[in-house]
Amino acid sequence: MTAVVPPTAAPAGRVSAGRRWSRRDLTFDKISFMVVFLVIPVLGYILFVVWPFIQAFYYSLTDWSGFTPGMNFTGLSNYFKLFSDDIFMKAVGNSLLLVIVLPIITVVLSLVLASLVTVGGPSHGPVRGLRNSSIYRVVSFFPYVIPAIVIGIIWGRVYDPSAGLLNGILTGLGFEQFQSFAWLGEQRTAMIATIFVIVWGLVGFYMVLFVAAIKGIPAEIFEAARIDGAGRFRTALTITIPLIRDNIQTAYIYMGILALDAFVYMSALNPGGGPNNSTLVMAQQLFTTAFTKGQFGLACAMGVVLAVITLVFAGIVFIVNRLTGGTNEVAE
Amino acid sequence: MTAIKAEIPSRSFTRKSESTTSDRIVGGLSHTILTIWSIIVVLPLLWTVMSSFKTSKEIFASPFSLPSSWSFVNYVGAWTTAGIGSFLLNTVIVVFGALAVTMLFGAMCAYVLARFQFPGNRAIYYLMLAGLTFPIFLAIVPLFFVLKSIGLLNTLPGLILTYAAFALPFTVFFLFSFFKALPNSIAEAAALDGAGEWRTFFQVMLPMARPGLATVAILNFVGLWNQFLLPVALNTDPKNYVLTQGMASFASQAGYSVDFGQLFAGAVMTIVPVFIVYLIFQRQLQGSVSQGTSK
Repeated sequence: MTAVVPPTAAPAGRVSAGRRWSRRDLTFDKISFMVVFLVIPVLGYILFVVWPFIQAFYYSLTDWSGFTPGMNFTGLSNYFKLFSDDIFMKAVGNSLLLVIVLPIITVVLSLVLASLVTVGGPSHGPVRGLRNSSIYRVVSFFPYVIPAIVIGIIWGRVYDPSAGLLNGILTGLGFEQFQSFAWLGEQRTAMIATIFVIVWGLVGFYMVLFVAAIKGIPAEIFEAARIDGAGRFRTALTITIPLIRDNIQTAYIYMGILALDAFVYMSALNPGGGPNNSTLVMAQQLFTTAFTKGQFGLACAMGVVLAVITLVFAGIVFIVNRLTGGTNEVAE
Repeated sequence: MTAIKAEIPSRSFTRKSESTTSDRIVGGLSHTILTIWSIIVVLPLLWTVMSSFKTSKEIFASPFSLPSSWSFVNYVGAWTTAGIGSFLLNTVIVVFGALAVTMLFGAMCAYVLARFQFPGNRAIYYLMLAGLTFPIFLAIVPLFFVLKSIGLLNTLPGLILTYAAFALPFTVFFLFSFFKALPNSIAEAAALDGAGEWRTFFQVMLPMARPGLATVAILNFVGLWNQFLLPVALNTDPKNYVLTQGMASFASQAGYSVDFGQLFAGAVMTIVPVFIVYLIFQRQLQGSVSQGTSK
């Protein structure tokens, strides 16, 4: 190491090209470099991330309860148990509902807001965005940096039947029926109220992402569309969205993965799973099974089901994007 | 100065164009919708700040009434009795420790993967991709026992290593494209000038990737600060609690006896550090995001 340093210590400008590099020094430099730069992070990553993932698949096939030394290989019996468990299937249903609804709402809303910021400007002169719009981005993005658990706690108070902000506003506006309406305690509204909280926290982030993506589109493309007579909405639908398709796909997948988790929001808003388990999700059920009941094998099986659903979801998004992208290219 | 002053009017004169009625309607409508959303975002937060000064009795009397006195009693109470102070300290230790580890090794790993060809390169890349896609929930139970077996369960170092490992794939991905985009000629010039691999990385390539590093550091900071599942599952000793799990246990403890004024004060104190970081870095964050995408 130290032998390598002296020649390199000379100021870069004065050194003539390609001098005294012995092959051996180069190799040693390269090897130590590779070990530290690649082997250490990859090994740490494998120990803390990859290895637990692999173990989970194996544990899911056992009746392991964690604190006893032995475990029996039970094949797929955990999985059969899960699929005949009504509460778990309810949780699966709720998670599927979230993964279908949440990305759509978030992506559409943030796209709309991003479009308003970027194409709301005048239709003459150089193409530019809405005046003074950066304040909206700064404000809407902010909830993204608030810890999700705190978002949940705050909204839990906002939804409070008697002392909450929401019912205070609604009764103030004359909707007396909301006097002490329990948004999170009614089966009809618990899920919707929860979804709104998650959307509230994340729309700003995706809005900023989309604004950056839209600004990355060369202005000439918009100008050409404008000369050809395309209006704002036409431009947004047929030019902007296809051009930021990859960003939308990324946002969609991230949102889907988050929707399949949703553990934080649920633990803050309705730790017990909500009225009649209407907001119970797989992640909550997994956590309780593992760390309250100590049924680790069963919990791992739940994790595998969750992982499979996540991968299927990501696969579907990829395929849909590929298919629709393909047809667009043919149509052009 | 005078030259600039003279320039501004002429520029605005040539650029200025008649705004049509439809432009004004669209502009007004856009502002209205964006304002409504901003109010929806801000209102619960302002309400939280206001409620943090009220007593529980006042909170239950009316959601809108102003606090009778603007004293910091709730803040003091939350800081000491609820333990927000020690949670905050633990969080700072864990988050900055993990951030340092993951940024250093993430940048190194991304650099090697992006700029060197070797057998297994793609395999490691896809292994990272898998780590991003698989839910942490799948790993959480075995992870519990991995930490237990190496004696790091319920300790801050254990939490730091776990945070860093789970932040690694995102860091590598983000920086991968940055290092890939750096021109080859610069690395070659550095090599010709006699810089070894180490020196090339730390003195040439790393400074050039600074915008990417800043962005990924901020995103990681937010992500790690807000991490909830990992501490709740792997760090169950109350004296090692981080802020997020401390707030959760504060909110859920003893049901009716929760002091809601203190709860609001705790929420505000959790938000303030990220708020400050956000105000300082938001321009840099948004700037580097758009810089990265426009290239």
